[in-house]
Amino acid sequence: MRATLSFAVGLVFGIGLCISGMTEPAKVLGFLDLCGLWDPSLALVMGGAVAVGLVAFGLAKRRRFALDGEPMQLPAVRDIDRPLVVGSLIFGVGWGLAGICPGPGIVDVGFVNPRALVFVAAMAAGMLAFRFVGLRLPAPGPIGQDA
Amino acid sequence: MTIDWAHFTPWTSLAGGLIIGLAAGALILGVGRIMGAAGILGGVVDPRPDDIEWRLWLIAGLLLAPSALGLFSAVKTPIIETSWPALVVSGLLVGFGTRLGAGCTSGHGICGISRLSPRSFVATALFMASGFATVFVVRHLLP
Repeated sequence: MRATLSFAVGLVFGIGLCISGMTEPAKVLGFLDLCGLWDPSLALVMGGAVAVGLVAFGLAKRRRFALDGEPMQLPAVRDIDRPLVVGSLIFGVGWGLAGICPGPGIVDVGFVNPRALVFVAAMAAGMLAFRFVGLRLPAPGPIGQDA
Repeated sequence: MTIDWAHFTPWTSLAGGLIIGLAAGALILGVGRIMGAAGILGGVVDPRPDDIEWRLWLIAGLLLAPSALGLFSAVKTPIIETSWPALVVSGLLVGFGTRLGAGCTSGHGICGISRLSPRSFVATALFMASGFATVFVVRHLLP
């Protein structure tokens, strides 16, 4: 069930990203270009997703186990610390350079786009680099990781 | 600020957002995990014991999504215009930054905000701000 559900979620997530326009870097850059011609579409993507998410996570917070019987792993970290701040700022610079964030990057590989493949390979290398720099996520247990 | 009405797609973007929200809701309620793309890939690149299989299935779903959608409707092929070197730099920063910051657009921006997590509000505000700043520099300051 866990495998089937995860696969279905990936499929639906990816379809949602395609329909929303997030898989088109030009559209993302149009949103990030506040001082040029600004395309506010992405605010609606986030608004729509959060509207559904508020209900789902509201329910999830009251449960100890997921439907597949595994424990509900909601992040427990609460501090607004330096890694969170610096990491998010670095991520934003990378996002602004190409208009691609992790989810849409992976979906764009599914379009058999060689540039997307290079982006995702570089992204994986960046994740590995983080690992070898010796910095660890705040709590390297099953719970504690935001996302 | 001038709105780009020619490219503004309120309905499809809202519909896509609702679908993404449904996927995030299904993952947390069904599997008990946060639907953050960077976190999910990060757990494959830097795996923990017995915590990789569901990630691979989810990534497989993401990869097959364009083909699946293509069965039902015309799908707009993405065009990536960023130069190869900039693309590599961008990927490295996105990978490193999302690990250090423990989340990306989906993990913090959608799931975290839906959880009303103060960390995710801060993270989202910051990556949006540095994204805005980067595009401003690239498009309006550099020659």
